[in-house]
Order: sequence, then C-alpha cells, then structure tokens
Amino acid sequence: SSHEHKLNFKKSKEVCLSYIQDAMLQKQWQRAADFLTSYVESLEKDYSREHIGPSEMIWRIGSEILWHHSHSSMKEFNYFIEQMKTLGVKRYLKVCLEHVFHLLCNGQIDEAYQNLSLAESWRFGEQTAIQDKEMKLIQAYRGLLDYYSWSKQKNILLEHGKCVDGFADLSVEQEMHSSFRKAAVNLKEIIKIPGVWDLFVKCYVDLLEFYGDHNEARQVLNEYAYNSKFPANPNAHVYLYQFLKRQGESKKSLISALKILHDIVPSHELMIDFNTMLQKSKKRRKRRLGLEVIFAALDYAGWKENVKAWSCLAKQVKQIVISEKHLDWIKQEWNSRKDWWPAFHFSRYLAKRNWQENKSLSYEKALVAGILLGKDCKYFKYVSHQGCKAQVKRFRMLKKFVNRHSPVYLRISG
Amino acid sequence: RDFNERCAQCSEVNWGLTDGGRFYCRSCHNVTERTREVVNTDFITNSRVQTISKGSRKQEKNDGGSEWYVCEGFQLILKKQAEALEALGVCPHMKDEILCNFWRCYLQKSKQAYCNRPAGETVKALSVCESSTDVDSDPERPSLLHLLSVSESEGDLLTDCSFASSMSKVSESTSVYSGSVDGSLYLVKNQKEKLRMTMPMTLSFCYMALLWLREPITLSELLRFVVEGHIPYLNVFQHFPEKMKLCGLDLKIFCVESWPVYEEVFNKMHELAAFLELPRFPDITDSCFLHPDMLCMKYLMEANLPDELHDWTCRVVKKIGIGEVDFLTLTPGNKSTRKVKYDVLAAAVIVVVLKLLFLLDDHYEWLLSDSAEERNKKTTEGGPYFEFKKWYEVVKHSLDVEQKKLDEERAKYLWRCEKPLFYSVKNKSKVLKRRQMVVNLQNQFGKLSDSVRRAEKPNPSSFQLNWSAENTDGSCFHGHSLKGVLQEKCGLLTAMNPDYWLCTVKLCNEKLCGHLAHYREVDFPQTYHFVLRLFSFLLRIQPSYIHDEVCMIEHKLFNKKLYKKLKYNTVLRR
Repeated sequence: SSHEHKLNFKKSKEVCLSYIQDAMLQKQWQRAADFLTSYVESLEKDYSREHIGPSEMIWRIGSEILWHHSHSSMKEFNYFIEQMKTLGVKRYLKVCLEHVFHLLCNGQIDEAYQNLSLAESWRFGEQTAIQDKEMKLIQAYRGLLDYYSWSKQKNILLEHGKCVDGFADLSVEQEMHSSFRKAAVNLKEIIKIPGVWDLFVKCYVDLLEFYGDHNEARQVLNEYAYNSKFPANPNAHVYLYQFLKRQGESKKSLISALKILHDIVPSHELMIDFNTMLQKSKKRRKRRLGLEVIFAALDYAGWKENVKAWSCLAKQVKQIVISEKHLDWIKQEWNSRKDWWPAFHFSRYLAKRNWQENKSLSYEKALVAGILLGKDCKYFKYVSHQGCKAQVKRFRMLKKFVNRHSPVYLRISG
Repeated sequence: RDFNERCAQCSEVNWGLTDGGRFYCRSCHNVTERTREVVNTDFITNSRVQTISKGSRKQEKNDGGSEWYVCEGFQLILKKQAEALEALGVCPHMKDEILCNFWRCYLQKSKQAYCNRPAGETVKALSVCESSTDVDSDPERPSLLHLLSVSESEGDLLTDCSFASSMSKVSESTSVYSGSVDGSLYLVKNQKEKLRMTMPMTLSFCYMALLWLREPITLSELLRFVVEGHIPYLNVFQHFPEKMKLCGLDLKIFCVESWPVYEEVFNKMHELAAFLELPRFPDITDSCFLHPDMLCMKYLMEANLPDELHDWTCRVVKKIGIGEVDFLTLTPGNKSTRKVKYDVLAAAVIVVVLKLLFLLDDHYEWLLSDSAEERNKKTTEGGPYFEFKKWYEVVKHSLDVEQKKLDEERAKYLWRCEKPLFYSVKNKSKVLKRRQMVVNLQNQFGKLSDSVRRAEKPNPSSFQLNWSAENTDGSCFHGHSLKGVLQEKCGLLTAMNPDYWLCTVKLCNEKLCGHLAHYREVDFPQTYHFVLRLFSFLLRIQPSYIHDEVCMIEHKLFNKKLYKKLKYNTVLRR
C-alpha cells in the first residue's frame, strides 16, 4: 500500500510479488519480467518457514514469462529450467517433468525423451523415495514416448508392406519390438496406481491388441472401469465397450458395459448405440431400459437437433403405440417431462425452425409430439400442415397415423 | 580456529589454546609445542580453536584479514556518510569537526575508546563465550544461544546457516563467530547503559551534526536521500577495506534489511544528545532554514499553493509561539520541552492554515472554489483567484503519478549488493552459488523487461514536485490570489470562513501511548485526508504523524476557547 512507510526486505518482496502477479494476469510479460528481476533476490534469504518458498515461485513465474514472452526462445527457456533444477532438490523431478511437457508442446520429442531418460536415472538419497510418485510419472511418460516411436515404426512397416529391402525392414521391426517392450513395461506400471490414465490405457491396450494379448487387454480395461479404487471415469467404460465391440462380444456384454456409462453420463453419444441394442432385445426389461435411455439423452440441450436420437425415440414410441402394449412405459417417462418438454422441444418457434432447417428432424419430432401431446399440439399441427402442403408422402402418412392413434394421447396424459 | 592437524595422541581435531599460547587437544589434553604464529590460518569449520585477543591489534593474519573492532566499522560508516553529505553541499567542517567530535565523545562516554579500559575485560568476556562449561555458570549474561536463534524481524541469514542449527547445545561450543573481535560481545552487552551503536543510529549522528550546524536539510530529507542512495546506508559495509572481514554476528550488526524510520532516528538522536551531555545547540532563529517560516515557504511552493498563504502561516507561527528561539532550539536533557520535528511542524502549520481558510469539511472548500471560478470566468484582472477545485485536480493528478512511481520503485528495490555475506565459512560456498544464480536470473529477465534500469541514481533534489509559473496551462498556483476567500474587517484581512473544526477535542497523553491523537482516515473529511496524504508523500512519513502535530498546533491556537468551551461540541466560532 502506498502508505506503508516502514519498508523492509520481506515486505518489499511481498509487494514486488503482487506486482508480478498483476502483470501476469494482464499478460504484460515485459512488466512481469521487470519485477521478477527484483524478486529473485529473495533467493538469498531463508524462507524455510513459508509454505511456498521463493524458489518455487521463481520457477513457476519464470516459466510462464519465458513461455509467453515474445522475445524469449526455447533456448532461453531451457537454460532457465536447468538452473531451476539445481535450486530445489525436493522439486527436482517435478521440474523435470514440467520441462518435458513444455518440450513436447514445442514439438521437441527427442529432447523430451532425453530429459525423461536423464530424470529416470536420478538418485538422491532419501529424496528418491519421497519423490516416488513423480518418478512413476516420468517413467510413464517415457513409456508413452516409446509407444509413439513404436507407432511410427509400425506405420513405416505397414507402408512398406511388400518392400524389397528386407534388411531395412528388419531393423525397423526390431526397433519396433524393442519400443514395444519398453513402452509396455512402463505403461503397465502406471495404470496399476488408482488414477485417471486415459491416454496411457488406450496406448497400452493398443499395444496388447496388436500383439494379440487380448486377455491382458480385457483385464486391464475391466480393472480400469470397475475397480472401485479408481475414480469414476466415463471414458473407462467407453474404452471397454469399444474393445468388446472390436472383439465381437455378445450384445449382452456390450449392454452391460454401457449400462454404467448411462448412469454416469446419460447424455453420452453412445446412448444411441445403447438404445438401438436395447430396443432389439427380446427381454422386456431391456426394452424398457432402452426407452428410459433415449428419453434421458434427449433431456440434454446438445441432443435437441440430433435426428438419429429422435428417430430412435420415434421408432420405439411408434412400435409401442402400434402394439398397444406397455403404454404405461411412455406414461411413466412422460410424467416427469410433460411440464417442460413442450416448451423445450415442441414450441411453435422450433416447429418453424426445424421445418426450415431439417425436414427429417421435424418429421421424427412431429411423430413424437403427435403421440405425446396429441394431434392438436402446436408442433404437430404446424409440421404436418407444412408437410402435407408440400405434398411429401411421409408427412401424409404421419398425419394419418397420429389421427388414427389419437386416443393414445388421452391415455398417456391422463 | 586456525589449526587443523590431527592430535598425535587421539587423532581428534579439537584444539584449545593454553594461556601460554600453545595448542592443547581438548579431547585428551595433549599439549603441543605449536604456537599460534606458526599455524596455517585457513578457516576450517571443524576446528574449534578460538583465538583470544590480547588487547592489542594483531596485524596481517595469513588470510589477509586483521583484527578490527565494531566501533571501527561504525566510524568508517560515519565517515562515508559525512563525505556523502559533503558532496550534497553540506559544509566541509561537519565531517572533521562536528561529527568527528560527537563520535569521539560517544566513544569516550560509552567506554569503547579514549579511556582506560582494562584489556582483561575483553579477554574475560571472550573466554566465557568460548568455554564449553562456563556459560551456564554466569546467569547474568544473556544467552548467546538466545541471541543466535531469535531473528529479530525477518527470518534471515542466521537461520539460513546450518551453523545456527548446530547451536542446539551451547556445550557443543562451536565458536561464537564474528569477523570483528568484539562482534559477539557487542550484541550481548547491556544496551541500556551504554547506548549501543546501531545502523539507524549512524543517521541519528548525522542528523545531530546537521542540526548543530543548522544545515538546510530536514530529517525527512536526510532519510529520503538515504533511501534514494545518495547517502551510504544499505550496503555500506562493502566499502570496508579488505582487511576488515565481515562475517558471523557482524552481519547482525551491520546489515540492514529495513529502511530507517523517522521516529526511531529522531528519538535516538535526542537520547544521544542527552547521553553525550551536549550543551544547548546553536540557536534556530527566523533566518534559519529550519525555522517554520522558512520551511513553510518551501512546502507551500512544493505543494503548489499560493504564496499569499505564507502570511497566514507566519501569523499562526507567531500566535502560538513556535517561532521562538527557545522553542525551536534543542536543549539536550531538558525533558520538559517538546522535541521539535521541524519538517512535520511546518507541514502541520500549512494544514491548519488551509483549515482556517477553507474549512476542509468536504463542502465549504468547494463552495468557495465555485465562487472563485465564477469570478475567474468573468475577469482575471489583477490575477486569477485561487480555485481550490482546480488546485486539487492538478495536484492530485501529479501526486497519484508520483506515488505510483514511488510504490513501484519500492517494489523493485534491490537490497543485495555484489559483496556477498556469509555467516560462516561453512555456508560461504552456498551463499556464493546463490548469489551467482541470482545474478544469472537478473541478467536473463533483465533483458526481457521493459524498463531500462538506471545505472545512475537520479540526481538528488530538494524539491520532489515542481511547478513552473511558465506553464501556460495554468497548473501553477503560486501567484494566485486569496482574495476569493478573504474579507476585510476593521482594516484587517480575515478569512471568510467563520468556522473551524478541531481534529480532536482532547489530546492523548503522549508518554502513555506515544501519540497525541489516533488518526483514522474514515473519521475525517476526504479533503483533509488528501492534504495529509500530500505532505505524507513529501515527507515520507505516515499521515498520522502530521495529524498529531496538527492537533498540537490547534490546541495551542485555541487554548483559551478550549478551556471555556470544553463541554460543547467541536465546532467553534472565532
């Protein structure tokens, strides 16, 4: 504050730091650098009692400034980071890891790999044990880069599929296998630890599938999706589902894989596949679930204009109406939605817009609206009128259908 | 300290010195024939020999250092400060005659030199320090351990060093380390008796000398010059000669990590003057720079206020008698007179005058300004009338700009210098490495910063805000007339403003709580706060100090009325 006249070293550095932070928030990198030049003096004083010491501050702030400043280069950045590595042994691996991230962002994959290897070989008394987590991450990322090399080598081989030069291929193939081994070891390790490891899991499974170890892949994916120690992760279920699909598993196991996904993320894009499978099922319970799934998906704004979703719902609703069985299913689903779906999906404005922009969408929606809200509802009236005016056959069929089944509406809404 | 050979008998390196100057092994009490003079004098931290001063200086130890006492260090500093003041224009004999004599007098009175001091006293003190068992037996001496482990304000060099952490038991008897001979003793000595010398006190000495000579530098200016770097203070030890090695507890004595505070320097100066039993200082008469009339003129100029206000400040000064020689001149040891802060006093007088003429109640001053503006629109014959509003806008703008600059400068301030400090040899390499890293980082980020770091300090100037009458934009108010706020009554010019509000009805007891009043911004009109802020910036002190003086002046000014009307509310009519 401007009225603080008693100024000492510590206070003046605190104030300096707040100037740096202000400048950074406003992306004034030159100004931030200016104040940082004064702040670095804090290194010469002991702050061991503070929660975050100046050396960590300087590392983080300096990295940001050098990364964004227009006059800074990767060379400058690297030089700075090397100094930071010597500053705090307790943070050594963290600094290495973040440095690697920066190098990757800059496209310097080889340098990143070198740094990871170097960091892996670091030992420092009891610190090595204390920084175990960071070490595992470093190994995991090296594994990831090994996977990346493997992938490149694999693509080379595939391209040269019927190549004459056998020797060149052989060496690439050997490298490929070696990359695989290195990658597999590290990736396997990291995914044992509870956490979110989407990228690592995907890569590892890819490797396993390529080499035909489907059992291991299945086990890994199951662990990742179902082990309660791991945080709830929709992607885990997606990966498992995709794997099972690739493996040609039964509908039953595919459905069970998607069940939890529906619980966690009802608006997930795979809900369409899920509904499709469920609708076809012979089990009543499954079909019931299918209806629930598709209604739930359409609760979300992102699905409002999804023709496929509406066609799924329309199909199922139509099928139920024709069979005259299980109308109570529709009633149950509609109960909690009848207060807000009309305004959300079936307003006159939407009717106009849908008709203008996407006839198929308006067709599917009109069918649903006609059944759920009756033939006199705004949406159905408008669209069917337009459709009949335009003499499009299916709209005429639609009109007939809804008129024929109009008592259904009364039973649903009643 | 200097001997690192292994003992022939027990192979330990744990040496002490006998009275005869021979080394003996503390572990097995084997006495060698080796004496100090022969020994390699590299500093080795695992040896525990402490050299004993025999009262006479030993020149030229092998590491290039020689023995020196703390007061020599301070003497050097004072010399440098006096030279700097001389360069600023202070008369030359301040250094050699005034300051020098004050210093000698101080050394004499505090028994550090120029007196008969038994050399044995020093010896005894140090042997207490070094010996492993004796410390606990002397309960009167404050614990050295306490000294080392408690850092005063900031966690600093002491805690940084592994040295301090190893002082868990004094019986370990790691040597109490200082480059100076009496560094440790210095800090342990009873402060009250002898007025122990500190870095802020060097400025008290300077100020005392300046006051004696009645030089035109106020204390606030002196301190501002210190902060701006014109007077050595912050890292002055880097000018010590090579032979004077600074380490260990010396750091606690000579390194400053905070700027000197006005009150502290001021109070110490008075203590010092009394301690030295100085006679009455040379008279401060109305032709002196420090006289309120003179200082008011200066501050009025700097605050861009009309020259005509000077008449009013003189009137107030005369009315309450603060222009009297006896009031202004310092008589050390006289506890009944209030100690005069010349600069703060002058600023406060101006504030009171502004209150007298403009009331400053966030209302009246703007009314006056509006009518002055009306008049100025119609005619500026005879010179423009002073418009408070315009003045406020102009000055506020400049003040905000300068304050912002000052705040940023403070934030960017560099405290360290090239000469690195280390507590002991043990952390020397660590300190040097850190220093190197700091320099590297400063180079790297310095290139990326937008401002060009001034290598040179700005020229010292007495005026911080400058207003020139040549400015055609009318931003200089010196020549403006106060006619808009004055009226004639019985042939005398008085203020149109009939009211006045007191800052406080009752003054606090300064001896009890240190202040005459307690200033809180929210309790007072904003214009009043602005005026305080202006002078607070110029003098680099807290607004509350000026407020205190304003209260004091008001109580003197309205003394009679206060006696009569103490029961009633604070608005008085004159």
